[in-house]
Amino acid sequence: MNELVFFINNVVIAGSVTGSIYAIGAVGVTLIFSIMRFAHFAHGDMMTFGAFMVLLLTTLFPQAGAAIGVPTPLIMLPLAMVLTAALAVGLDRAFYKPLRAHGVKPIVFVIASLGVALMLQGLIRLFAGTGGQSLYVDDRKEIFRLALPIEGVRVPVVITEPQLYLFALTLVAVVGLHVFLSRSRLGKAMRAMSDNPDLAQASGINTHTIVAVTWMLAGGLAAIAGTLLSLDVTFKPDLSFFLLLPIFAAAIVGGVGHPYGAIAGGFVVGFAETLAVFNWNVLLRPFRDSLPEWLSLPGNLAFVGTEYKIVVPFFILVVILVWRPTGIFKGKVI
Amino acid sequence: MPLLDARDVHGGYGGMNILNGVDMAIEADEIGVIIGPNGAGKSTMLKAIFGLLHVSQGEVLLRGEPIQNLPTNKLVHKGMGFVPQEYNVFPSLTVKENLQMGAYLKPGNVKRMLAQVYEFFPPLLEKRHQPAGELSGGQRQMVAMGRALMAEPELLLLDEPTAGLSPLYMHEILERVKAINAAGVGVLMVEQNAKQALAIADKGFVLANGQNRFTDTGAALLADPEVAKSFLGG
Amino acid sequence: MDKTTTDSVVAPRRFPLREILLFLVLLAAVLGVYALMGAAYSTRMLVEAACYAILALGLTIQWGYAGQFNAGVMGFVALGGFCAMFFSVPVNEAFWGSELPGELARVLLYGIGAVLLVVGASRLDRLGVPRRLRTTIAVVLAVVLYLVVISALREVTDQIESRAGFVGGLGLPAWVGWIFGGALAGGVGYFIGRVCLGLRSDYLAIATLGIAEIIKAFLKNSDWLTRGTATVSPLPWPVPGPAEVGFTLARALYFSVTAVLIAAIFFLLHRAYHAPWGRMIRAIRDNEVSASAMGKTINRRRLEIFVLGCILMGIGGAVLGSFNSLFDPQGYLPLNHTFLVLVMVILGGPGNNLGTIFGAVAVYVIWLMSEPLALFLMELAVSFGEGAFGWDTPTNLDSRALQARVFVIGLLITLVLRFAPKGLLPEKAKHIA
Repeated sequence: MNELVFFINNVVIAGSVTGSIYAIGAVGVTLIFSIMRFAHFAHGDMMTFGAFMVLLLTTLFPQAGAAIGVPTPLIMLPLAMVLTAALAVGLDRAFYKPLRAHGVKPIVFVIASLGVALMLQGLIRLFAGTGGQSLYVDDRKEIFRLALPIEGVRVPVVITEPQLYLFALTLVAVVGLHVFLSRSRLGKAMRAMSDNPDLAQASGINTHTIVAVTWMLAGGLAAIAGTLLSLDVTFKPDLSFFLLLPIFAAAIVGGVGHPYGAIAGGFVVGFAETLAVFNWNVLLRPFRDSLPEWLSLPGNLAFVGTEYKIVVPFFILVVILVWRPTGIFKGKVI
Repeated sequence: MPLLDARDVHGGYGGMNILNGVDMAIEADEIGVIIGPNGAGKSTMLKAIFGLLHVSQGEVLLRGEPIQNLPTNKLVHKGMGFVPQEYNVFPSLTVKENLQMGAYLKPGNVKRMLAQVYEFFPPLLEKRHQPAGELSGGQRQMVAMGRALMAEPELLLLDEPTAGLSPLYMHEILERVKAINAAGVGVLMVEQNAKQALAIADKGFVLANGQNRFTDTGAALLADPEVAKSFLGG
Repeated sequence: MDKTTTDSVVAPRRFPLREILLFLVLLAAVLGVYALMGAAYSTRMLVEAACYAILALGLTIQWGYAGQFNAGVMGFVALGGFCAMFFSVPVNEAFWGSELPGELARVLLYGIGAVLLVVGASRLDRLGVPRRLRTTIAVVLAVVLYLVVISALREVTDQIESRAGFVGGLGLPAWVGWIFGGALAGGVGYFIGRVCLGLRSDYLAIATLGIAEIIKAFLKNSDWLTRGTATVSPLPWPVPGPAEVGFTLARALYFSVTAVLIAAIFFLLHRAYHAPWGRMIRAIRDNEVSASAMGKTINRRRLEIFVLGCILMGIGGAVLGSFNSLFDPQGYLPLNHTFLVLVMVILGGPGNNLGTIFGAVAVYVIWLMSEPLALFLMELAVSFGEGAFGWDTPTNLDSRALQARVFVIGLLITLVLRFAPKGLLPEKAKHIA
């Protein structure tokens, strides 16, 4: 049973954590793709920017959270979301809109977004340095150890305070997004534009507004994803390309342009990563005595070492591109 | 004052002129039908009226107000609705959501107009929660026309609404067009099924090479032996 | 090739004033660097610029000829560097003298056997096994066999690391490594291309970005193969080294080798570009719809051009690796080995080989010179800040100056795309509308 708890700690919880982060990131990517029709390579750095804003605000007002009894970074998150949304809209105005006006090919947007990614990276690291920093400036990271009321189980289920907030926030974000897309006038217009931009325009929908709203949403979601990631571990300014691959893989697995698919894809990729680096030997250990002699298990039965974690999303990406490029829930555009 | 008055319209794509001076006028309670051979500029004319194509010369008046080269959302606001020939629904949105998008600029009207559209197109009522992409061609055309009607247009532009439909559905759609017109909406449509369309037309415009060849009432054009010979297939 | 190639590209003959002017300015800049920094340093700069020119030629045929965006040049460069190291470094007797090579070969055989078994299992449906069952069998078999092989491999590589350090090299001349570097990069490019080229161009960018990070992770962590972070040096040169003839002369000799290489590549590309093959490539890029009337061969042509570009990147990476005389997997950075090359290409003129070479040398000179400049500006800003606002001096000025350069590269990419999308020396194609 101890092994099972170990599995819960290292796979179920860890997988849900990474899955949530990838899911929220992938939704942003997929929204941008469905409206602007290009893969936004600056998304990882937009996430970092959001987390950096939280860090900055938390450092400025470290006591703000104590008044209400929540960690300060969470208080600062809405503000950081607004700032990141503003950044996203600003970047669009400055760099993508002129290209749209020229009617360039989608791939040129991809290159431009790489340029934007580098600019953000450079700026953030110029100010934040390259080392990791904790978002818990003045607060203490609570760690909950839940001992299971089962005979013989000594290992507790471990979950940290930020992880609980992460699950709650993910749920809120997903439900909020669902309500927005399926109920609100603007959300429906967004889906309409993703279906058929010309017809949306002919219906009187102002496509410029939709583009701006998309960037705001993507920016806000990026800030959430980046902050959640930084809360779980630490704020690391140099993650961008390592985040990009799993997030794109998640978006493609779910079917590009398909927000709910992206959420599912995020969890698929997140769990795949944790399952792949998990040492399966741990689970097989209880049966070791009943195994035949010739079958001695090696000590390390992980699929890939943690240093090769990035192989997992890439593998998923290749498999999905070969097997079903439209994603598991058929995306709109290949 | 005519509802729509297009005078001497020139225009085309990328420097190549397709329209070389087309005149077209219809009154508020009329159905106008544009026919002509392939490449005559029928659909192009419709797009020029709806601002999807640059009008390089001439003018387009809606109730006497010049509207050429205005952005499309302005035109929707001024009371024009446009139904393209292809890709005329949002496939992943439900029928109801498709219709709601039509009333995007007039959200206050949604309830009343929804009821009205369902009255025009009863099949849509029972399919209202189904994604439009799953419907048959004729039903999709109904969604498309319904979507355009949701904005309560004074003038409805239809680009080959019966293209690719079975004769049964073609008849049905043309009947709907008549009903819509009877409800007080001016209609201007491009049609390949010239005879059937002219039969319901108040005005007919025969285009060739981007210019007017014949302009008369629908009945007169149907009766004209020269039109019949060259454009109605004998 | 005869004179009848009335190609849409053949521009009216004109005096190449723009080219000559730009290259004169570049020459003046290089001479300026010579005067300022001395011959040894400047010759090193020229050799590196030449290596970058090979990389840039690889990228320019992918992006400029065919509109494929490769966001992972770094990976192919690293593969080239690895081959340059692996083939030229002296043989490691501690490894070859033991039973370890046999062990390694045994594991590799296991691997091949496992692959064959899985492939066989995936064909079981032909023997009447239901498809779903077949898929399950194949997947389970793949997982189990993978774990067996990877465990065996881990054991052997651990042994190699603890007993021999690393497998060492093959002790062959440097140019052998260059050839294999190109071949290996081309092979990886073939795999990526097969997966992505039929799909949206975005996917290629994503996949190449990913494979580059994976290649780097692999080279960095496979201590048994590459010594990982411990790095391997020195790598032998194909020409007499500095120890024998002095820095300047040795580097000049190396430069002549790279120059010959570039001239050869340039000539071959020029021929290909004006041949029917090149015309078809451009037709595909400019009008996919009408080109698709030509049928299935489109994807073949696309694959060819992509693999060719990757081969050039592998060769360029190998030449660069040999020149650095050091194999350090951690030294491969997206900024230096992907984005710098990208700037060279889009600034010089995508699809124009001469423009690309110009871009490579010009950007590399600016890049090297911007290092001291950025540091100087940072110091200026800091001392100004100290004086005016009483800032604390940041400790790591070097790394911050680097970040400022990252920002500038990013800005440059976006600005060029917006204001000079065809680069300084545009492709000479006269497209018939």
